[in-house]
Amino acid sequence: MTLLRIEDLHVEVDGKEILAGIDLAVDAGEVHAVMGPNGSGKSTLANVLAGRPGYDVIRGSMTVDGADVSALSPEERSLRGLFLAFQYPVEIPGVSNMEFLKAAVDAHALGRGDEPPSAVDFVKRARVAAGRLQLNPDFLKRGVNDGFSGGEKKRNEILQMLILEPRLAVLDETDSGLDIDGLQVVADGINAFRANTNAVVLVTHYQRLLNYVVPDHVHVLADGRIVHSGDRKLAVELEERGYGWLAN
Amino acid sequence: MSERTTELADLVGEEHAATGRDYAAGFVTEIEADTLPPGLDESIVRAISAKKEEPSWMTEWRLDAFRRWLSMPPPRWAHVQFPDIDFQAISYFSAPKGDAPKSLDEVDPELLRTYEKLGIPLHERARLAGVDTAGEDAPQVAVDAVFDSVSVATTFKERLAEAGVVFCAMSEAVREHPDLVRRYLGSVVPKPDNFYSALNSAVFSDGSFVYVPKGTRCPMELSTYFRINAENTGQFERTLIIADEGAYVSYLEGCTAPMRDDNQLHAAVVELVALEDAEIKYSTVQNWYPGDEQGNGGIYNFVTKRGACLGDRSKISWTQVETGSAITWKYPSVVLRGADSVGEFYSVALTRNRQQADTGTKMTHIGPRTKSTIVSKGISAGNSQNSYRGRVRMNPGARGARNYTQCDSLLIGDACGAHTFPYIESKLPSAVIEHEATTSKVSDEQLFLCQQRGIDPEKAVAMIVNGFCRDVFRTLPMEFAVEAAKLLEVSLEGAVG
Repeated sequence: MTLLRIEDLHVEVDGKEILAGIDLAVDAGEVHAVMGPNGSGKSTLANVLAGRPGYDVIRGSMTVDGADVSALSPEERSLRGLFLAFQYPVEIPGVSNMEFLKAAVDAHALGRGDEPPSAVDFVKRARVAAGRLQLNPDFLKRGVNDGFSGGEKKRNEILQMLILEPRLAVLDETDSGLDIDGLQVVADGINAFRANTNAVVLVTHYQRLLNYVVPDHVHVLADGRIVHSGDRKLAVELEERGYGWLAN
Repeated sequence: MSERTTELADLVGEEHAATGRDYAAGFVTEIEADTLPPGLDESIVRAISAKKEEPSWMTEWRLDAFRRWLSMPPPRWAHVQFPDIDFQAISYFSAPKGDAPKSLDEVDPELLRTYEKLGIPLHERARLAGVDTAGEDAPQVAVDAVFDSVSVATTFKERLAEAGVVFCAMSEAVREHPDLVRRYLGSVVPKPDNFYSALNSAVFSDGSFVYVPKGTRCPMELSTYFRINAENTGQFERTLIIADEGAYVSYLEGCTAPMRDDNQLHAAVVELVALEDAEIKYSTVQNWYPGDEQGNGGIYNFVTKRGACLGDRSKISWTQVETGSAITWKYPSVVLRGADSVGEFYSVALTRNRQQADTGTKMTHIGPRTKSTIVSKGISAGNSQNSYRGRVRMNPGARGARNYTQCDSLLIGDACGAHTFPYIESKLPSAVIEHEATTSKVSDEQLFLCQQRGIDPEKAVAMIVNGFCRDVFRTLPMEFAVEAAKLLEVSLEGAVG
């Protein structure tokens, strides 16, 4: 079943075309890696899916579960199960991680027409997820990303993913800024999340994360187009040969 | 300016057709009032004093203040703009008709309904609004309700009296506790301290008087709720709180007014006196009518608040949450006279639409090892102007004194202004004075993160602003912290329509 379908997607940022006709289909249960050199449009793809302001869709479509999401607000996309793990998670001083997560979980519950979870149930859930990512329970009381190390910020993104249980998780360079241990923990989190009801799009520059999270498909992006697709062997080949042989 | 920022600004302030919709306290109580004609001269001052059946020393005190006021110019240094006030166009006294009620049962039901609507219980079985869910264990709060120029009810007086605590209307204190009033009234804020304190000293009406005796911890929170109702009337309340040696009291004031197109003047004076080892915690949630989005109407809140830490190891702590008023001019201050005394000022000031706030504090260090802390959070939205003005003075005798000031501004949109005017006057090279200031914006990035997690932008802005104010809300009594957070949310949210 196709969860995400992107067709002939053209995207401009500040009037400049960054994505020049992307086609991509992601089925439930799959992990797709999107790789490519700097400036190839990887992060643009992640951001436009989430509806970040400033990324203008000029042509083409993006559908999640058969419904076009191009015109939806970021929060509506979120409620439909689209999750973006940020490359550079922003800080919100004074708002605790717990409070932030509860607001998000409540919004999702209300979006489904459910009662928000009780504080007690929620705290239990958050603690379990934090434990899985080897985060100290105190972590939940700290301000959102406030004073977090690079690695903690990335783990925090995965924590939010585990708690919100999205249909489609787009992870934008979640591996950058992680040391080996952090990479392992984050990979374990992603693997625990994988299920045949959801899908993951991993946007990454390096293939090292793919040693831990094995993708079903690998795509190479260059100059705003997917220039090559393959299975995980492609990622290994890219590691050895670089991107140059594909881009030209 | 990004398009995004414009949207954000719209969200918080400008598109809203009727600001009144989110100012729930904007109604008028229909009640017959006994109001003095507009204008101010010696006969008005005498008339107010006569209405309050004051002793002659009090009348003379008022007249002295009035004569001094006549020769004083209004202050013009604040970063606010408004047309000159015609002091002869204001009525200086208005009170609900009839004899003063002797007990709660005698209070006009229309007044009781007014306070009920505002969430302020004037009966002794109930708790304050918003704390119903806290159950039977919720702390009880004694309330003094001031309606225009008079106190209409004070609750829990008997229970407080058992503990020796005096909590009553100022006019009652003048009659019943003249020694304390004569000794301390004007001792912290002298009559000619400034233009508005002189005016207040001449025409002040009710306000609260609190005396907590030696070694007594006041058994409940005390609070005064100020309500301006009458048109073209100024409110000039006067509050005096005295904590005797080793005493402790926590006091909260709240204020609202109906929505009117004309500006109304509120010029209060609050004096706090802390003797040896005493502690006074004074919290304000100020929600006077702020005017509409074009800047029509609203309260001019020109208030002088000052505490004196007279005794060694005494402590005075001001917390204010300022969301209302068209113009706020207010600097709750502490004079640190006693050795090792402590002064604190925690402030959240939110301005939006055309509101203007010039607020801060003065910490005057006189005694050795005195310590002060200032935490100010200014939030500006819409076309508002929000200034922090603070003065830290270290006198030569204040050996080992320390001050820490943290002054943060948060901008929402970019048609608003945030300003910081810190003054440091140190006659003592060894004094430690730390000052930190930051200015930040609710960023598009923060908003997008929240939205990406499913949180709608209004809720996100409220959450971000609440987070910004956390350090201050923490210092409020629990139930008021909840109220303050809600008030902030409503003030921001109202703009969304």
